This record gives sequence, structure tokens and C-alpha cells, in this order.
Amino acid sequence: MITTPFTPMASLLGGALIGLSAVLLMWATGRIAGVSGIAARLFPPYEDGELAGRFAFVAGLVIAPVLVRIVTGSFPEQTILAATPVLIIAGLLTGFGAVWGSGCTSGHGVCGLSRLSVRSLVATITFMATGIVTVFLMRHWS
Amino acid sequence: MTITVQFAIGLIFGLGLVVSGMSNPAKVLNFLDLGGIPGGTWDASLAFVMAGAVAVTFIGFSRVLKLPRPVFAERFYVPTRKDIDLRIVAGPAIFGIGWGLAGFCPGPALTALGFGSASAFIFVAAMCVGMVLARFVGRLPSSTRLVTPADPLET
Repeated sequence: MITTPFTPMASLLGGALIGLSAVLLMWATGRIAGVSGIAARLFPPYEDGELAGRFAFVAGLVIAPVLVRIVTGSFPEQTILAATPVLIIAGLLTGFGAVWGSGCTSGHGVCGLSRLSVRSLVATITFMATGIVTVFLMRHWS
Repeated sequence: MTITVQFAIGLIFGLGLVVSGMSNPAKVLNFLDLGGIPGGTWDASLAFVMAGAVAVTFIGFSRVLKLPRPVFAERFYVPTRKDIDLRIVAGPAIFGIGWGLAGFCPGPALTALGFGSASAFIFVAAMCVGMVLARFVGRLPSSTRLVTPADPLET
């Protein structure tokens, strides 16, 4: 592992931007800014005519670091330590679990908690707990 | 128009992920690593991401949802379910394991694509397979599925 600096102000500001985005999406489209729900609906079966809008939202997500690079001259810090087999297993579990559980960090953690949803509270506590246990086992269980 | 607006909203979300540090899996894993508290390697930053995001969303939603309707849609699509079923625990439990293994949740994983690393592409490809699989399993005949509704995305 590598250590990362504690960045409370940048993280608070970034979090506020995420919140602003969630509020704007609700204001504009009436939809929850849940990234797993938006991403999963990029694939069939299609149930509504919102596909183009979802692609546009995801395109915005992908373009964001490119914009940061254009403005600041370099990409921000990003370190991916997981090996390929771990990335594949982690990706499968993340995608399956997020959709099976009706949401991820954004849909349940941000939007759901903000709506005081009991289901989202249960979901958020659960994925935080299994995430913490997984990291503990990976790093401290040997 | 609505497409451009949704692109801009996605861009703000992505900028939030980058500025907050969520787009860096190493930072996410150091947040989840409570075992790092004694050694001083625990990074509490992501609690501030959550605090900032929930504070703004809580205030913003309470105002927006008082409007008669959204700007570009007929109505608000807000989840109404309140029941605690198996899937609302099992899904997030599985998701959390994946999150803890690589440090990516869906939003930051998609934003990571913009950094152009091969690792992010591998993760996102696998994540998409997992997402499609979850919807497919959800649509199997009711005798073989855990709980209703058929499509996990309908909450």
C-alpha cells in the first residue's frame, strides 16, 4: 500500500460538487443520481427513452479528469494497486452487487441518505461494513 | 438541450470525484482500512466527501422536490419502497467486497476511464458484465429468483 494525505477541505468541496450534481439531476430530469443505475441502463433491456441522456451523464464523468488535465496541466493522483485478476473479480462483484442491491455509493450513500431512506441506510451500512472487512482481511490477515 | 445539460451535470459529478480524491483507489482503500488507524495510515478524507455530498443533497432535494415537476420530465422518479428484503442487504454486501478489493465504486471507476489507465478499463468491463448479469438474474422466472421486483433497478 501507499499512504495518502488527509485532504479534508478538498474532499468536502468535491463532496459538495457531487451533491450539487445530484440536486441538478433531480431538478432537470427528476431522477436519482445513482451511477450504478445509470450505467446499468446503458445496456438492454431498455424501458424508457432516456438512453441518450444517460450516455451524456456518463460521458461527463469520463471527461472530467481530462478537463482537469487541460486546466491544471496534469492528471490528479491516481494509484490502482490491484492486479488484473483482482480487478476482474472486484469489477464483477461491484457491478453485480450494486445493481442487485438497487444502488451504490451515490444512489444509496448520497441520494438515499439525503432522502432519509431506511433501505439506503441499511445498504450504506452494509457496503461500508463489508468494504472495511475486505480491506482488513487483505491487509492485516496473514 | 436536455442531453447537454445531463453532460454538464455528469461533468460536475466527475469533477467532484476528482477534486474529492474519490477517483484515486489508493485513497479509498486507505479510508476503508480502519486497521491502519494505529499505524497512522488511515485516511479519513472520504468521510468529508460523504458529509459534503449529503449536506448539499439534503438541502437541495428538499427544495427541488417541492417544485411541481422537473424541468425536462413529466414527474419526479423518487424510490418509494421502505421494506427491508434480502436483496437490499445481499446486494450491498457483495458490492462492498468488490469495493474493498479494488477501491473502485461505479462512479469513480467510470471517471477513472478518463485517466486512460488499462486497469480502469479492465475493472469497468467486468463491472458492466456484473451489472448486466444482475438484471438478467432478476428477470428469471419468479421460482428461481430471490425476491421481487423482477428488475433490480425498479425500486
